Amino acid sequence: MTGYLASLSGGLLIGLSAISYLILTGRIAGISGILGRLAGGHSVLVNGAFVVGLIVGPLIYALVFGALPQVTLVASTPLLIVAGLLVGIGSRMGSGCTSGHGVLGLARLSPRSMVAVATFLASGIATVTLLRIIG
Amino acid sequence: MSFDLRQPLAALGCGALFAFGLSLSGMLDPARIQGFLDLFGAWDPSLAFVLGGAVSVAMVGMVLVRRMARPVLAQTFHIPQSRVIDRPLVLGSAIFGIGWGLGGLCPGPALAALSLGLMPVAVFVLAMVAGMVIHDRLLSGRV
Repeated sequence: MTGYLASLSGGLLIGLSAISYLILTGRIAGISGILGRLAGGHSVLVNGAFVVGLIVGPLIYALVFGALPQVTLVASTPLLIVAGLLVGIGSRMGSGCTSGHGVLGLARLSPRSMVAVATFLASGIATVTLLRIIG
Repeated sequence: MSFDLRQPLAALGCGALFAFGLSLSGMLDPARIQGFLDLFGAWDPSLAFVLGGAVSVAMVGMVLVRRMARPVLAQTFHIPQSRVIDRPLVLGSAIFGIGWGLGGLCPGPALAALSLGLMPVAVFVLAMVAGMVIHDRLLSGRV
């Protein structure tokens, strides 16, 4: 499966995962929240299990499709360190990232999430556009 | 409740399904994320299909959630109720977006991509966790 059909199908599975997690545990499947709570030592078993699941998922994909998903890193390692720090600080300060605000927040029609998604899309587009101009 | 393994098992399964979906969608690849954000260049609209698919399923699921008195494996739902658009929300999201654009990675795909054993991904994840701890210990409540 390739192209937009694969993207749409993958998206449907991501939505199914997020809503299943909410129906089962009562919590929002926001990855920055899960990782932040894990780093802070809260509900280590549940949050840790989700993170282990995230790492196992691509391996199951490799078993099914015969190849690991493609990952092409464009940024240099120093730039990735800066990017990681900003993603970590920003996602905790903004109470969510692409999963919590992007998937469940939009599905709940949360005004906070709509503002968050519009803001990080705008700053993300501005950043990539600026990188293109400079680099 | 503390010895109930059903919640961790549910988390493990949902995490695996989430990352399987990310892998299938192509969104594990930072180059494709940056391609989506490159609106004024060689724009790759794939992420819109991923988000559209995910939000549609979650929206249908929310109808079910609103009819449930409690979750299957817990006592109560923990769904954010705030509607206040405050400074931390906007500033934090703006900072997040800059980092997302610079690296082409956000928390879900970054953790899932750890499975490929690439050192730069591990470095990004360490920096991201450090950023989370820096926020939660030093910046939280001061912005």
